[in-house]
Amino acid sequence: MDLKEKLISSYFAFEEQVDTDSEIHDIRSEAIKNFETAGFPSRKDEEWKYTSLKSLLKEDYSIFPKKEEALDYKDVKQYLAHDIDSYNIVFIDGIYSSHLSQTTHDKFDACLMSSALSKPKYKAIIDNYFNKIAPKGSGLNNLNTAFSREGAFINIPKNVAADKPIQIINLSTGNESALMLQPRNLVIVGENSQVQIIERHQSLNDNPVFTNSVTEIFAEKRAIVDYYKIQNDRKTASLIDNTFVEQHQESFCSVHTFAFGGKLVRNNLEFYQKGERIDSTMKGVTIIEGKQHIDHNTLVHHIEPNCESHQDYKGIFDEKSTGVFNGKVYVEKEAQKTNAFQSNNNILLTDQATCNSKPQLEIFADDVACSHGCTIGQLDKDALFYLKSRGIPEKEAKALLMYAFANDVLESVKIPELKKRVNKMIAEKLNVNLGFDL
Amino acid sequence: MAYTEDDLKKELETKEYEYGFYTDIESDTLPVGLNEDIVRAISKKKNEPEWMTEWRLEAFRVWSEMEEPDWANVNYPKPDFQNISYYSAPNKKPKYDSLDEVDPELLDTFKKLGISLDEQKKLAGVAVDVVMDSVSVTTTFKKTLAEKGIIFCSISEAIQEHPELVKKYLGTVVPKTDNFYAALNSAVFSDGSFCYIPKGVKCPMELSTYFRINQAGTGQFERTLVVADKESYVSYLEGCTAPMRDENQLHAAVVELIALDDAEIKYSTVQNWFPGNKDGKGGVFNFVTKRGLCEENAKISWTQVETGSAVTWKYPSCILKGNNSIGEFYSIAVTNNYQQADTGTKMIHLGKNTRSTIISKGISAGKSQNSYRGLVQINKRAENARNFSQCDSLLMGNKCGAHTFPYIEVNNQSGQVEHEATTSKIGEDQIFYCNQRGIDTERAIALIVNGFSKEVLNKLPMEFAVEAQKLLEISLEGSVG
Repeated sequence: MDLKEKLISSYFAFEEQVDTDSEIHDIRSEAIKNFETAGFPSRKDEEWKYTSLKSLLKEDYSIFPKKEEALDYKDVKQYLAHDIDSYNIVFIDGIYSSHLSQTTHDKFDACLMSSALSKPKYKAIIDNYFNKIAPKGSGLNNLNTAFSREGAFINIPKNVAADKPIQIINLSTGNESALMLQPRNLVIVGENSQVQIIERHQSLNDNPVFTNSVTEIFAEKRAIVDYYKIQNDRKTASLIDNTFVEQHQESFCSVHTFAFGGKLVRNNLEFYQKGERIDSTMKGVTIIEGKQHIDHNTLVHHIEPNCESHQDYKGIFDEKSTGVFNGKVYVEKEAQKTNAFQSNNNILLTDQATCNSKPQLEIFADDVACSHGCTIGQLDKDALFYLKSRGIPEKEAKALLMYAFANDVLESVKIPELKKRVNKMIAEKLNVNLGFDL
Repeated sequence: MAYTEDDLKKELETKEYEYGFYTDIESDTLPVGLNEDIVRAISKKKNEPEWMTEWRLEAFRVWSEMEEPDWANVNYPKPDFQNISYYSAPNKKPKYDSLDEVDPELLDTFKKLGISLDEQKKLAGVAVDVVMDSVSVTTTFKKTLAEKGIIFCSISEAIQEHPELVKKYLGTVVPKTDNFYAALNSAVFSDGSFCYIPKGVKCPMELSTYFRINQAGTGQFERTLVVADKESYVSYLEGCTAPMRDENQLHAAVVELIALDDAEIKYSTVQNWFPGNKDGKGGVFNFVTKRGLCEENAKISWTQVETGSAVTWKYPSCILKGNNSIGEFYSIAVTNNYQQADTGTKMIHLGKNTRSTIISKGISAGKSQNSYRGLVQINKRAENARNFSQCDSLLMGNKCGAHTFPYIEVNNQSGQVEHEATTSKIGEDQIFYCNQRGIDTERAIALIVNGFSKEVLNKLPMEFAVEAQKLLEISLEGSVG
């Protein structure tokens, strides 16, 4: 039985575990129907031209993990950005772990999707926001919607700045021989509010994990949202991360993606600008080796006038790794005075590494300044020679140059501890110790 | 420019489609539709050898299994391929010794087109192989070329006279199974040009062909094959106009360029086919496959100015097979009213130290859609390959669209690829600056558009550049609000 059939038949088992009288059930059953028609994307789809899911789909994943697995804090401490005072929402094999988490309902909600979906007091919010921007045509989104049950629910009301960052950590224990996870997150940031969120997926051993995650983010008027994705998983774990952002007037939203790990990672990141004077920023650093495959697929949909968008993705590809960037800027004819920038720079370190880039512009308004730039090349030989002539060994010199290359993206990280952490990850990834923090 | 404001105004007022006339010459037309018998009949009419007929039939068989591609960013009613006549030739086919013997009506057509043959002979030094409704009618300067050993004739003549060359090169760059339109063309191509430059020869003049689509309801399937032997050089021009017709006309041409070691081919196109009227009615469908192959140290340069056609689907490409070979692509695509263009290039780097440059300028006005779609592919063995691409789009009004779809695939670490694209409109301050100096808005825009396109216009041979410049102005007529 292939994965698609298995998922469709498991849906009936899933139905028995959840409340079928709610409106959510209607959404779920519609979604599973849509998934049945759409199925998994293949390379024949233009958006998936460079990424094949074939190798992922042949595993026999268990879809319902066993009951909660207790993990000691000390075992997972390293995966949490523990030096940051934060709220933590931790899931183990897709199930909420209360003893590792620290949630709040105080000034705002940072809690669980499951309670938001079932408690009547959240009904109005769920009705308004749940599954409203995730595209209905995509098989993967529908699949997630059909099985949506758990994830993080963050609801910041008007005029509240979250006092500390919120971490969403998805751990998988590897107790199952192969596991499929489908977390579903919903983030609503009210007018004049502010929040910083860090998201991470981590498996604890080498059993394959396939995560199909969907996150919907709503930024109301003048809201400020900073979302950081840390993807430094083992090379047996694969992730399809679907993130959709709807922004309203004068809001600011940034998504940073640090893609260092995973076997196959696909980031679908889409911004919809529904108001004027909006700023959308998406940045990413990709450093991979071995046979890793990382695909960034972005879309910014400019609907209203006077908005801005910035995209900046850097990639360093070693050994036999493959990097894909597929960015699209879509400017509607009403969206005059749009400023849209898109830049994608890549460095290939070996002849076996591959980089495919497809930066696209689709523009229907005339009074705009839209540009994109894309480069693929190698480290500057002169710069390398300069450093070597000053006594810096080749490995360190190369690492320095790569640091500098990635630094544009790191600079805009607003949480200093996180910046430090990411720097450390880069140093580990490049296998150097520069003896100082950048 | 001795061309005043009033002239332009007058021109704009009267200008619908200036080459929209229809020459009444009896044509020898095959019944509409397409099947193996028609393919055989075309081959027979052209008195082709057995291998050519077989070649066409093979292409036809492949074509009948293929589906029309729909991935391009264009929308149009799909042509009914069974409702087209695949062959029409002016049926008076005398051999002329001088121009006086030519059918006066035909000469008249040329005059309206602005290609007075005798004038061209004397002034421009251009040898013209005029293709009028598929069969080459007259070829000039053949003798001068023959002295150098250059073969420049219609492809049907080449099939008769130089079968070994045609057999060797035809379909090697664009295989007959390449795509839907290339297969169709391979099956039914009526005529086209063939050019062979022998080893070490620099072609002393610009070679050129003018195409015309003439007979109502006739599709035109041109086939061009240019072979530059080792160390040779040729510059080839192609210009197009078509009469005004209400129903859509299909044009599916194939152009193959082969540049052997150290050879250079420069291929320039000005395309000004009937774009349809203001309401988007009529117009030519232009589905062209153009591709060049570079051997060692060879260079192929494509330059195109695309102002006509209702739908354009065209990607002149370079396969950089030999080491140190160079591919260039310079393009201006202008769309107005309801025109749609999906055009760009492919640069396939196979050899070491290969270089390619892409400069593409898109200008969209009215309700048109203009897309750039390009591929830069650097293969594993293409050490030190280098590419620079620049795609700029200019939008006039908010009813049109400009799209950029670049595909960049790099499989070699020593490759260096740069791509940049911008989209903007004509700056108000630029227009204001011109207005201030007494240049009215319409002229100012023409000026700015010319400046925007300069990088590409400069690559055109002199006489074409002037024509192209004027074409740009005319194409953008009335697009300024």
